[in-house]
Amino acid sequence: MKNNSIIDVVDVDFYYGTFQALTDITMNFEKNEVTALIGPSGCGKSTLLRLLNRMNDLIDGSRLVGQVIFEDRNIYAADVDPVEVRRRIGMVFQKPNPFPKSIFDNITYGPKLHGVRKKRDLEDLVEASLRQAVLWEEVKDILNRSAMTLSGGQQQRLCIARALAMKPDVVLMDEPTSALDPISTAKIEELIDELKENYTIIIVTHNMQQAARVSGKTGFFYLGRLIEFNSTEKIFTNPDEKQTEDYITGRFG
Amino acid sequence: MVDRRHTSTHYEKELKELKDGLLYLGGLAENAIKNALQALVERNSELARMVIADDAAIDQLDSENEDRCIRILALRQPAARDLRFIATAIKINGHLERIGDMAVNIAEKVLLLNEEPQLKPYVDIPRMAEITQKMIRQSLDSLIREDVDLADQVRREDENVDNLNEQVFRELLTFMIQDPRTIRTALLIMQIAKNLERISDHAEGIADMVIYLVTGKSVRHNDSLEPKGRMA
Repeated sequence: MKNNSIIDVVDVDFYYGTFQALTDITMNFEKNEVTALIGPSGCGKSTLLRLLNRMNDLIDGSRLVGQVIFEDRNIYAADVDPVEVRRRIGMVFQKPNPFPKSIFDNITYGPKLHGVRKKRDLEDLVEASLRQAVLWEEVKDILNRSAMTLSGGQQQRLCIARALAMKPDVVLMDEPTSALDPISTAKIEELIDELKENYTIIIVTHNMQQAARVSGKTGFFYLGRLIEFNSTEKIFTNPDEKQTEDYITGRFG
Repeated sequence: MVDRRHTSTHYEKELKELKDGLLYLGGLAENAIKNALQALVERNSELARMVIADDAAIDQLDSENEDRCIRILALRQPAARDLRFIATAIKINGHLERIGDMAVNIAEKVLLLNEEPQLKPYVDIPRMAEITQKMIRQSLDSLIREDVDLADQVRREDENVDNLNEQVFRELLTFMIQDPRTIRTALLIMQIAKNLERISDHAEGIADMVIYLVTGKSVRHNDSLEPKGRMA
């Protein structure tokens, strides 16, 4: 495995009860890279995304075989605290889901739980996070207003800022723009490009052009298997696998 | 081309129309060359004028094919093989249109040649023409069948045309040295040979793109089929 890999998925099978959602997945995610996971509905890409920070733990009857190595440790080892895993590996969801609180409180909610108390520290954190999410200029004068008054695109950037406020190493994004208009989508994509300077991004998307635009590497999943994992340019110009070809050219099913 | 059908039948239809358009243009270009050379050998000015007039149809189809490519790029965002097909189509379309122009060039020279007495019976030029036409036909066949071996054969044929062109050049030079009154005629024939040589380059260019379409590897600036895998 490469040295600049930040997460290594090794021989992973994943089950929801008796249903096997993922079979024999081995792949690595490189540091400061954007990796896109694509594939038709039910292919297992979101399952894989969620198991990278143990979000699937919350689903009854789910079971993982194999290892997910993050910084030399299996995050599924018995002594690992899933809350800490989720702090280091943050997540942004499909629909913007700000808390029904002020913009300021949305950002500081997590850090406060983790013991950041000083007002000054919190203010700095809010500004830094909002700046990184390219939202600061739009909201700096209305930080006390409810987050629910923001537009959908702004709410999603707020959710990204909220994830960044926890100072994660990896940000998982589950179709982060599927509920947004094209302009907001373009802003988020631009943001993803900037974020990879400091973070590792793993994104699930149904929009293949989005995968092509934002990612450096792409994994194509089908029926719970990783069919092909290659550089995005290779996948979109000359993929190795026929199934990948059929999917990205729209010849599937 | 398309062994699996697109989920979108409209898209499928657009790709097929583009391919048909390319092959139709190929047929027109091939025919133009054939007629231009027949006009040369038979000293038929009428046929030469027809070649010149018919070029409008080639230009028209060239524009239509290009519009199809741009439309598919804009509206379908093709990927992988479809993307390579569009890139290939744009380039092959250009090659074919240029071949049509070369046919016009030859026809124009034929009209001028027919004003002069024949210098000598043509030997090498019909051979060049034969190879060149075969190259065009085979390059288009290789496109239809996605046949990399046939495309590679076309690429190797190009050298023969180059050699014949040089032979024609040397022979005509001898004529000109011996009798300066032949210079005008000899120069016109040289230009025809040069046009044929360039047509074979275009056929080679088509073959290169077929190899790219099928394998994803660019061989345009390599002599052998073993490409430098740019995207490996």
